[in-house]
Amino acid sequence: MSLWQFFSQNRAEVWQLTLEHLAMVGISMAIAVAIGVPVGIWLTRRQVAEKPVLGMANVIQTIPSLALFGFLLPAPWIGARAERIAVLALVLYALLPVIRNTYVGIMGVDRAVVEAGRGMGMTGRQLLWQVELPLALSVIIAGVRVATVISVGLATIAAAIGAGGLGEFIFRGLAMVNNVVILAGAVPAAILALLADFGLGLLEKRLRPA
Amino acid sequence: MSHLMAADRHPDVAVEFRDVSYRLNHGATLLHHLNLAVRRGELLVLLGRSGSGKTTSLKLINRLLEPSSGQVLVEGRAATDWDLIQLRRRIGYAIQEVGLFPHFSVERNIGLVPALEGWPRQRIQERVRELLQLVGLEPQIVARHPRELSGGQRQRVGVARALAADPPILLMDEPFGALDALTRAELQREFLALQRRLGKTTVFVTHDLREALLLGSHIALLEAGRLVATYAPEEFLNATEPLAAAYVAAFHTGNSPQGGA
Repeated sequence: MSLWQFFSQNRAEVWQLTLEHLAMVGISMAIAVAIGVPVGIWLTRRQVAEKPVLGMANVIQTIPSLALFGFLLPAPWIGARAERIAVLALVLYALLPVIRNTYVGIMGVDRAVVEAGRGMGMTGRQLLWQVELPLALSVIIAGVRVATVISVGLATIAAAIGAGGLGEFIFRGLAMVNNVVILAGAVPAAILALLADFGLGLLEKRLRPA
Repeated sequence: MSHLMAADRHPDVAVEFRDVSYRLNHGATLLHHLNLAVRRGELLVLLGRSGSGKTTSLKLINRLLEPSSGQVLVEGRAATDWDLIQLRRRIGYAIQEVGLFPHFSVERNIGLVPALEGWPRQRIQERVRELLQLVGLEPQIVARHPRELSGGQRQRVGVARALAADPPILLMDEPFGALDALTRAELQREFLALQRRLGKTTVFVTHDLREALLLGSHIALLEAGRLVATYAPEEFLNATEPLAAAYVAAFHTGNSPQGGA
């Protein structure tokens, strides 16, 4: 059976697993941005905290993903549903690129521009919203882009703990020793990653200050 | 310079440094016991090479820096007693062209302080057009971004932005430093005419004696964080003080080490 035949015969399931996959990645990226961007902004105001916070996010990244899914199983509330574990794990992995790029993006805004704004009587909040964030936005999006691409790949492993998504086909195919079934999960996942990369790349380019 | 020393008893002093020192946290002293008064409506030039403390002095006026000791008075009140935001919005600030917001149109750049002050949109638009005319720019330019302007145009926008909310005091940190000689001379002449017409108290930082002589009603010469002396422009050319004399000598030979145009 070819991959194409597999898709046409299992259209409903392919569609559902793709949607599950997108939901997992989408929800976790939204949470990661909601946490990571404020933390990154905070670090630019409290630079002593930069090393410990980015260090911690770095350590989290070094935990093998399968192990992290396992570690979270006994966690209260989170551990009760496989999807929650998967989302939490993806959030943890996405935090580093989001926090780091927010921090680097804001620190990279031309100091002369920021000082001109301050000298003209902009408050800290006005500087942040009108100057620093708009000028750092493309760098922040670049971080979100990296995090999203990583998440699309990592989310396939979430199927190992029963969280669904396109990893279902991959693990099923591995168990059945059937390459077509493995590819049925791997190919759509790769396409999702490429689309996310391309789309966010466009956004990043559009928002880049000239 | 005696009239400047006694200036704290005059009501017409707009900005005054009283025994101001500024030290960095790790100990280096950038400014030593500065005493200086800027009279209302005059254009005081702070002249010196890099590291002389002229930009530091300027930033002490709008409290981008705060003195380690001594006091800076703005309109008779210690800068530290002013509400920080109010103080800064009463002081126009122009620096080299990099100070324009690259993501703002010319209109938003110029209208920044009025917008922060909550002026209605209509009034800001009128004010921007008025200012463009004042600094010699075409009104069509409002929609452009700084990267689409020439160096001279950017600098004109910078001056217009500093004037936008009609502040009584202007601080200018080498505003024409990045321009070619010809454009610079043009802007200097226009700025001089503008300053005379508007009567803004101006503190102007430069390392270029030619510019200082052209624009300044007084020139305060700084070196290594200390005030060497304050001169009227015509006094400067005949000064016997060695550093001032060295500036003048370099000026006359035309190979000014301070990078004159």
